[in-house]
Amino acid sequence: MLGLNKKDSTLLLIVAAMVLLAPFILNPFPADSAMAQFNAGYPDLMQRFVIFGIFAIGFNILFGLTGYLSFGHAAFLGVGSYSAVWMFKLLSMNVIPAILLAVLVSGVFALVIGFVSLRRTGIYFSILTLAFAQMSFNLAYSVLTPITNGETGLQLTLDDPRILGVSATADGGIPVTSLFGMEMRSTFTLDAGAWLFQFNTGYYFCGAVLLLAFYLAIRIFRSPFGLMLRAIKSNRTRMNYTGLNTKPYALAAFVISGMYAGLAGGLMASMDPLAGAERMQWTASGEVVLMTILGGAGTLIGPVLGAGFIKYFENIFSKINEGVLHQWFSFLPDGVENGAVWVVEHFVGPGWHLTLGLLFMLVVTFLPGGLVEGGQRIAKLFRRKSTEPQDGATQSHPAE
Amino acid sequence: MDAIILQILNGLDKGSAYALIALGLTLIFGTLGVVNFAHGALFMIGAFCAVTLNKLFSLSFETVDPTRTDFLGNPLKVKTPYLVDWFGPEVGASLIDWAVPLSILFSIPIMIGIGFAMERGLIKHFYKRPHADQILVTFGLAIVMQELIKHYYGANPIQTPAPDAFRGSLDFGVLLGFDPNVIIYPYWRLVYFAFAALIIGGVFAFLQFTTFGMVVRAGMADRETVGLLGINIDKRFTIMFGLAAAVAGLAGVMYAPINSPNYHMGMDFLVLSFVVVVVGGMGSLPGAVAAGFLLGVLESFASMNQIKSILPGIDQIIIYVVAIVILLTRPRGLMGRKGVMED
Repeated sequence: MLGLNKKDSTLLLIVAAMVLLAPFILNPFPADSAMAQFNAGYPDLMQRFVIFGIFAIGFNILFGLTGYLSFGHAAFLGVGSYSAVWMFKLLSMNVIPAILLAVLVSGVFALVIGFVSLRRTGIYFSILTLAFAQMSFNLAYSVLTPITNGETGLQLTLDDPRILGVSATADGGIPVTSLFGMEMRSTFTLDAGAWLFQFNTGYYFCGAVLLLAFYLAIRIFRSPFGLMLRAIKSNRTRMNYTGLNTKPYALAAFVISGMYAGLAGGLMASMDPLAGAERMQWTASGEVVLMTILGGAGTLIGPVLGAGFIKYFENIFSKINEGVLHQWFSFLPDGVENGAVWVVEHFVGPGWHLTLGLLFMLVVTFLPGGLVEGGQRIAKLFRRKSTEPQDGATQSHPAE
Repeated sequence: MDAIILQILNGLDKGSAYALIALGLTLIFGTLGVVNFAHGALFMIGAFCAVTLNKLFSLSFETVDPTRTDFLGNPLKVKTPYLVDWFGPEVGASLIDWAVPLSILFSIPIMIGIGFAMERGLIKHFYKRPHADQILVTFGLAIVMQELIKHYYGANPIQTPAPDAFRGSLDFGVLLGFDPNVIIYPYWRLVYFAFAALIIGGVFAFLQFTTFGMVVRAGMADRETVGLLGINIDKRFTIMFGLAAAVAGLAGVMYAPINSPNYHMGMDFLVLSFVVVVVGGMGSLPGAVAAGFLLGVLESFASMNQIKSILPGIDQIIIYVVAIVILLTRPRGLMGRKGVMED
């Protein structure tokens, strides 16, 4: 199908089905039950799953295939967001031109930064990308304020020109982002007994873009170009000795992954038309590294899983507070209950980052292949019992 | 002229902090070959050692003074620190006043302990793994340390005053023959600079003039041969890790009065310190120190109004620009050795 072999088509179809049915899958608990806080099927969060999934897929094309660890990818995300918001301000509220510009501008940025950074490898490359990202972040905060609106962040206003659209709606509000008239924020709510399912236009738009991005990533992974990138990862020196200049390939990978980040940034701005410099901070770059590693670098599905995992638990863990914990542990004797709450309290609510840091250390130490490798190990355990070994659709192909 | 001297002085204290952190980073990198992204967190923990001792010293109990009343007419509640109660008003008060310098003693065992625990418990397992893995796991560790500090000390900066004796400023210009009030420099920053110079000198002397230091330098040059000579180089490298952690911690302790410690100060310094290490040359101790001071001074020059009016925003990016230029023109950094990190 579409030039993919059977295994990859299955994978793509599974992802497509998951994207399509996400409002159901992520909403397993009735709306007013105690478990409802574990539901993730609301538009804002689902959009984040998909957008960060795209971001991580793009990062993986660079890190997973070529092994170049960039610590400055958030800069491209930020650049994409800014360009998209400027498009909303100047042209129209249609998301297509905004996203196109976001991809284009971040691609140009990636070309410049990549051209310079890729002259070095290893940790030097990481530090160069980090330096560029921090530079963009600092500039966005200070001198570039006319373009970025500094600390406040770039927002839409009523007196923006919007040449092809309207500056203000009939009732005097700021127009909302749309795709040829379909408003991104419009949500269709389905009441099914105790359950409440929400189908959001913006989410499905992002989902479609995710599928496209995922399909492209599969094609890149399976192409001769992808093979070349893996060869760079496994032994760059040897590639050079065979008389091959690896730099154009690495640069192409860098630009592609920068464009993915710009796409994610553009989508982010399309869902909520603001852009702030904090999206470019190096902790944001660290986050996408975490997602990719946690899911499994160098695998197709890993980055999407990692992004979903981190964003889901970020959201759920942040909501749990002391009261909820006391409720959970109320079956314990009082002293033990307080002790348990005291311990768990560190890891939830605002302490979510602590959990993330620990989890990350554990994954890097014990499970370098991430969730995908974990899944494979579990699958292997079961497979040993059955006689016939078969390949799972999500098998990783570590590019080592 | 006076403006130039002022900027050099201003750059020295930040440069000292960069130099100290970069020195520790280079020590760890040169000995163990590990890229430690948690080094900024160690700096931060050092600063919070000062905060902790300051708080411990100011622990106080309340008594009611029946002879005085507050503005509502109730008997006045007086807070007396335990230290004042135990040691008498003079010794107690001066102990509280000198909490930050005293935390140097307090922080050294803590930092060395943390360094040992880190090396034995975590870093040890990452010697043979790629640099990317080392970066990632220490990055995770840095997040953990940062969040723990945030949990217990809150997210806001905590003021940690320097002793009264150092709170004023020195009219430095007068010493050099300029008019008074032209070059004014806070005492504590001078103290910081002197302290940093002392520590840096101490580390170099330790490496240069002791047998232990000689073995460590030999190990940095050729680890395997030293091991073959029957020397337990791993044990010495662990000690060096503890030492590097202590250097970062001390840099943090003394920095607390300059900039009120908050939980993300480590991350802020880490990025810059890495840039410093790269500019100085990976694996070169003198390079790290020189680049630390150089970048500190450059940064303060870039924040002069005359320069900012020509190149707006240069103060925000000067360090990164320098790093990019250096990396592209002198790939090994200012004083980098051949063959370090050149896989």
